[in-house]
Order: sequence, then C-alpha cells, then structure tokens
Amino acid sequence: MKGETSVRAESLTRRFGNFVAVDAISFEIHSGEIWGFLGPNGAGKSTTIRMLCGVLEPSSGTAQVLGYDVARDPEAVKLRIGYMSQGSSLWNDLTVEEHLRFYAGLFDLHGAAGRKAVEEWLDRVGLTERRSELAGELPGGYRKRLALACTVLHRPEILFLDEPTSGVDPVSRREFWDLIVGFADAGTTVMVTTHYMDEAEHCNQLALIYGGRIVARGTPDELKRAPDVGVTVEILSAKNTSILDALEDVPYVLSAALYGSSLHVTVDRREDVEQLRRLLGEHGFPVDELPIVTPSLEDVFAALVRPA
Amino acid sequence: MNWRRVWTIAVKEYRQFFRDHRTVAATMLMPLIQVVLYGYLSSDVRYQPTIVWDLSHTAESRQLLQAFAQSEYFSFKYTANSMKDVVRAIDDGDALVGVVIPPDYAKLLHQKKTPQVMVAVDASDATAARTALSVAQAAANSVAQRLQVRQLRMSGASVREIGIDVRTRAWYNPGLRQEVFIVPGVLALVMQFTMTFLSMSTIVRERELGTLEQLVVSPIRSGELILGKMIPLITIGYINLTTILLFAVFWFRVPILGSVLLLYVTVFVFFFTTLGLGTLVSTIAKTYIQAVQMIQFFLMPSMLLSGFIFPVAAMPPVLQWASYLVPLTYFLTIVRGIIIKGVGLDYLWSQLALLTLFGAAVFATAVLRFRKRID
Repeated sequence: MKGETSVRAESLTRRFGNFVAVDAISFEIHSGEIWGFLGPNGAGKSTTIRMLCGVLEPSSGTAQVLGYDVARDPEAVKLRIGYMSQGSSLWNDLTVEEHLRFYAGLFDLHGAAGRKAVEEWLDRVGLTERRSELAGELPGGYRKRLALACTVLHRPEILFLDEPTSGVDPVSRREFWDLIVGFADAGTTVMVTTHYMDEAEHCNQLALIYGGRIVARGTPDELKRAPDVGVTVEILSAKNTSILDALEDVPYVLSAALYGSSLHVTVDRREDVEQLRRLLGEHGFPVDELPIVTPSLEDVFAALVRPA
Repeated sequence: MNWRRVWTIAVKEYRQFFRDHRTVAATMLMPLIQVVLYGYLSSDVRYQPTIVWDLSHTAESRQLLQAFAQSEYFSFKYTANSMKDVVRAIDDGDALVGVVIPPDYAKLLHQKKTPQVMVAVDASDATAARTALSVAQAAANSVAQRLQVRQLRMSGASVREIGIDVRTRAWYNPGLRQEVFIVPGVLALVMQFTMTFLSMSTIVRERELGTLEQLVVSPIRSGELILGKMIPLITIGYINLTTILLFAVFWFRVPILGSVLLLYVTVFVFFFTTLGLGTLVSTIAKTYIQAVQMIQFFLMPSMLLSGFIFPVAAMPPVLQWASYLVPLTYFLTIVRGIIIKGVGLDYLWSQLALLTLFGAAVFATAVLRFRKRID
C-alpha cells in the first residue's frame, strides 16, 4: 500500500564504546519509496541499516519496521525484509542455483514453490545460463545480481541494500538499478545506501548522513535548491588543478571539485561569485564570466559536509 | 525448531565440505597419521645403549654383565678402557648407561665382601633413567642371591632357595603392549582436536567472509543454524572414529573388548562438548587465527591433564582437581574402559553422566552466546 509508513526511526542511536556511530537520527520511509541514504564511509549508514534489520541492537531510541519494533521483535522483522549487506553474502564454493535453493529453504519455500521461485529469479536476474557456475567464479556484476536474487527470493516487503553496487562496472550498475526501480514500481519499499551521487538521482527521497547525524534530506531536486548549499559556478579552464590548489583555504569556498572537463566551485553566497572572479584573476587565471549552474548532488554533498 | 531449515543448513555444509578436497583429505588422513605415529612411538624404553668398563675381566664380572643383558634393558654397545671413555660416551649421547666393574670385583666376592659396581645413567629423561636403575639393581640382586646360595651349599649346609613366588597377572592387557593403552587415547585426542577445529572454522570463516550477517538476518534461529552446521561435522566425526577403530583393530591388533555400540553412543555425547567448545570460541574470536590461538589454551592443558600421557592418579592433588574440569578426562576413561577393559555402562555411568553434563552446559552456553554475539 503506497504511502503507508514502512520504517519509522526515532532518535535512533548506536554507540560502540565511546564512539557514537549513529547519533539520534529520526526519519520515516513510506512504502513504495526508494529512499537513498548517502554519506561517506564511516558516516553511520551501515550501522543504521543493521539496526533496522534487527542485526544490531540500538543503544537508544526506537525503530519500527512494518510496525514491529526492531529491538523487541527482531524475528518478526526478519521474516518480512530482505537485506543485502555491504560485504560478500555469497559462498564462493556454492553454485548459483545452490545459493537460490539454500535461501528458498531458509525462508520455508519448499518443494514446487521453492523450485518455481528459484527458476523465476534465475530468469529475472539473467543467471539461468550460469546456474551451475560457482559463485566464486562469477564476474562482479553477476555476483551482485545473484546476491540480490537471494535477498528478494522470499518477496520481502522492504529491501535494505547496503552499497549494492560498490565495485561494479557502470553497465552492470545501470542494469542493477533497473531491477531496483522495478521492485519499487511493484510496491516494494527500498532503502539503499550509496556513495555514488549519480545513483542518488534514482531515489525518491534522500537523506545525507555525516558523522552519525542526518545533515540534509529531501528529494534530489529539493536538496539542490536548498539555501544552505550555496551557489555553484562552473569554471572552464585548462588549468583546473592549479585553480583547485589556489582555492584551498579560501573561507567562502564551500567546495571545489572537477566535474568532467570543468570545475564546479560552490561558494557561500551569490555575492561571493564576484569576489571569486577577482581572486582567480589575481592568481593569473582570468575569467570573464562565472555561470551559475544547478549543483550536482556531489556539489551539494561536498558543501554540506565541509568541516566547519 | 524448524527441521527443514536445519536440513537446509546441513545440505549447504555437506556440499561445501566435500567440495573442498584439501580439507577432506586433511580431515580424513590426520587421524590416521596420529594413530600410526603414537602407536609406534609409544614402545617401551628398552635396549639402552650402554658402555662397559670391566676392570675385573673375570668369569664373575661377565656373569654380572650377562644378567644385565638378559634383562633386555641394556645393550652393550661400547667397551671403555678408562673412566674418560665412559664420561665421553655419555656426554656425547652415544651411550645412555655406563657400567664400571672394579678390578677387585671377583676377589672381594670370594672374600665374602661386598664389591661396588657403578651404574651411571644419563638421567635427562628421568623416567627412562629410573627404569634402567631399578632393572640394574634387580639384576645385581639376583646374581648376588645365586652366589650366596652356591657358597652356602659349598660350605656343606643344606639350603633350599627361599623365594616369594609372585604370580603376576597383567589384567586387560596381558601382553603389556603399550599401544593397547595409547591407541584408544589417541582416538579420544583426535576426536577432540578434529571436532573443535572443524566447528570453529565453519563458524568463524562465515564471520570472516561476511555471510554470517546474511544468515542472521534470515528467519533462522541460532539453535537451528548451529545444529545444521553440526550435523555434517558429526558425520565426519563418525567416519573418523570408524577408520581409527578399524586401524586399531586390524593394524595394531588392539582388541575391542566392550560394546562398540556403547562407544558410538558415548562419542555422540562427546561431540556436543567438543562442537560446543568450538562454537563457543567462535562467538568470542573475530578471526580464525584468533580462534586457533584461543583454543590452544584449552587443548594443550586438557591433553596433559586428561591422563592421556600422565596418569591422573599420579598427579598432585591440585592438578587432579583440575583434571576433573577437563571433559577429555571422562571421555578417555570411558573409551579405555570400553576398548581395553571391556566394561559397560554399569561401571561407566557416572563418567558418562558427567560428560553429558559438560556437553549440555558447553553447548547451551555456546548457543546462548551465539544469539547475543551477532554484531
């Protein structure tokens, strides 16, 4: 049922000793959404997902998944979700088909129902031809697809995907995302973490996590138009790297990064653009004009997580 | 308990185990190598290389040396011409025993005095040295006794040789064969070793690989997962047990006097102790290497305290108490009881009860800890 709350986290916190990995975050995910969780490594993405899956107990705060409290009723949660962890979830010495049959058995899909599910997913992720190959000998993209098939075999209502496309070539990533979008269209809620900003564009809702806190949230478009992400201009120059060096430690520059053959520089306010133009001239990189562009999510992200 | 899930896990484990040919070979061959090595290495301390410096050179001195040789504990490999030769041979390690007979040996005997004969042993290995010394003493005593009787007879007295006839019976192991004692012990030792290591690797490897997390998120319960993983290991354990027993009976001629069925039942109980132990360690260790290091802390003392080599009855009281905390002690008593002594449950029930208690406690702790340690 679209629009219902699938996941609700309130002040969800996880500490490891003195280190606060996830710091009192609250959010809601509605059914049928693709909810993207963005952030650098170590920001707390995986820890949050693991708490939602009932693998890790929250230190404080609560989380409900499909109405079940993850701390009190983790087994009820586990029956209804699919979780693809960041690390390998495959055994190198089992074949593609053996994996699927194993997961079918774990989720009580026996006999004809199990066989049907296995055949269906072999077909949907394009592994029918490779059914007898060992997982350890599959190329990266196929491995991820097999892992996904294992995760969704039991038709979960929510999918938690923790960096599902890391280490996968661009073509495989695209195919993978086609599958994810397909699930969402069929009504499955998807929570996905990534640090590929282009992937974030596929999401309905995004949350940026940094240092265990959610620093921004909204649709991709809302995030790009947010006032606190500054103004992004484009610089076309042959001396990109030298300019990058010159912009280091300039207080009003929130972020500066290569963007294809050009540079994207995000400054604090619109007034800073003129200042930046002059500064570039002083350093021997005269530019006539600095066109303001729509920031990429990468620019937004870099501006938001800039250390204060 | 959902048995189909347990079976799903077991099928996966069987597949993975038998697909890995190297592990299969190691698991199947290692027990046999151990049995063969221990079986052959456990022979008695006999025929110790001995150097002799006989200054007497008389019929009497040769009679004494012959008595030594007949004991089969000494093998006269070298003769010396000086004390230096004796010392050098023992220092070098060529000889372990040195015998020196003084020049006046025969003369003193005839004068009815007591000649002194020196027997020096390399006592680095105290047990072997003790045996050599007492055998030498006994050989000399019997020579002296015979001389005494002969002299009395020659003096015209009517003497009957008085002796105490000790009728010895070596119960359970009439041939006094060391391998009869050692091979059942090796069986127990190998079972413990193989089972703890296999259970450790099946769980810790899964943690290292990252697949454990995937299993934890599935609806499977800890108990189902552990049981599913244990079923193939128990099968492997029984294969090992059977090959060792066949080897013991047909190669080393160690007879099994008791009930083989009882032996298989007892081993089942022992599996829970060892598999539980391996599981317990893998709930603590993060990597396989850590687990191996941890388990050594248990396996090493348990081998020494269990009575595998040193009899528990001969230990200082503190260590005796410690040995009762080692499940291998009970298992060893039962295995030896069944194989060597041929006794049954009527004698072994208390040991079996304690072993069961241990197994249940260790296994339950492992399952409980496993549930909590998933992070």
